[in-house]
Amino acid sequence: MSVFDLPSYVQNDYLGLMGQQIEVSLGACAAGLAISLPIGQACARWRHAYPPVLVFVTILYSIPSIAMFVFLVAYTHLTETTVFIPLVIYSLAILVPGVVDGIRAVPPEVRIAADAMGFGPARRYLQVELPIATPTIMAAVRVAAVSSISLMSVGGVLGNLGGFGNLFTQGLRHFEIRLVWLGLFSLLALALAVDLALRALQRLLTPWSARRSVRA
Amino acid sequence: MILFHYFRVFFGEAQVQHGYDSIWHRLGEHCWYSLIALVCAAVIALPLAFLTGHTGRGDAPIAGLAAVGRAMPSLGLLVLLAVKMGLNFQAVLIPLVALAVPPILLNTHEGIRGVDTATVDAARGMGMTPLQILLRVEIPAALPLILNGLRSASVQIVATATIAAVVSFGGFGRYVLDGLYEYDYAQVAGGALLVALLSIAVLGLFGVLSRTLVSPGVRRRVQ
Repeated sequence: MSVFDLPSYVQNDYLGLMGQQIEVSLGACAAGLAISLPIGQACARWRHAYPPVLVFVTILYSIPSIAMFVFLVAYTHLTETTVFIPLVIYSLAILVPGVVDGIRAVPPEVRIAADAMGFGPARRYLQVELPIATPTIMAAVRVAAVSSISLMSVGGVLGNLGGFGNLFTQGLRHFEIRLVWLGLFSLLALALAVDLALRALQRLLTPWSARRSVRA
Repeated sequence: MILFHYFRVFFGEAQVQHGYDSIWHRLGEHCWYSLIALVCAAVIALPLAFLTGHTGRGDAPIAGLAAVGRAMPSLGLLVLLAVKMGLNFQAVLIPLVALAVPPILLNTHEGIRGVDTATVDAARGMGMTPLQILLRVEIPAALPLILNGLRSASVQIVATATIAAVVSFGGFGRYVLDGLYEYDYAQVAGGALLVALLSIAVLGLFGVLSRTLVSPGVRRRVQ
């Protein structure tokens, strides 16, 4: 069996599905990171703010994806935004703790040394704290990226919004098992590829930590 | 807010108050699927994690399994099994169990692994057998993390049991799916609200459980 035996509409669709999948799930992960960085920084700065924030993002994470997709259809209709927003919200539950752990792991003496060298708060954050926190943050980003790729497939139930997940609903509709296998393998391959790419990115960003590995 | 209007329409319908399609009947189905899946997952994952955590082996395979579990799309697995095996209950159960095993396994393993070696050595010095060490020292000390794993597994099961409706089963997913096909948006929103409420209730239940089960000494140390 090869991809070329598949019905022509799938062959024509495949790249489009892949594009939608990558655009929406990775875009959501990037947006989640952009939101988590300031939130995480605030939580690391004001310690008593962290527990309530953590409970809040955990509760948001527990809202079923299909429910959140459906609630949003009332406002954003059947567009990619409907799938994008819940994925951003779910990624916060993984990324905020990652950012907080990363920033907290910066040794206090390093921070004091940066102050003593005359670094302002912004420069200290960008040039000292963020690079030290990068391995922990990237570990969280990898987890968030992989899980938003697989979460997005539920969007297939709403209509054509699930990326490779659309292959599952199409497979069920036509009782065509090859479509389901294709969807499963494509999703797993994409998740693996994204994970490897993010590992490589991390190695580029933090060349000094190449010897030490950070577990997710 | 248009959403609240939909909720009012949905909960006002006679169809959801009595009979086969009533909220209570669907709640029973949803809880039943979730409970069976959670018990199966716990029976598979807990003993395995106790073993690996106690012996301190298998860090890498368990981390790998957790990563695969995160990447596995439940909907795809469900549809695959439904097409292969027909529309029977295993097709629903297996994806839910596959979803729940990695968090339970990972958290329990990490919890037992992370118990202070000094404590374990002290227990061994007192003449405890490995089984006693596991049951009376390691599991109580690791209980916060074990419950954490069971909690995230349960919440994910409850949320995902919605997709059982895709292959003709009941539960709250019935409202969501039927509503989507009938263009009855009030029904879709009502079903989604019920699932969200149920998963928040499960979250609360585990909050109560961790307050009552975890020994006060361990709890103070964790906080």
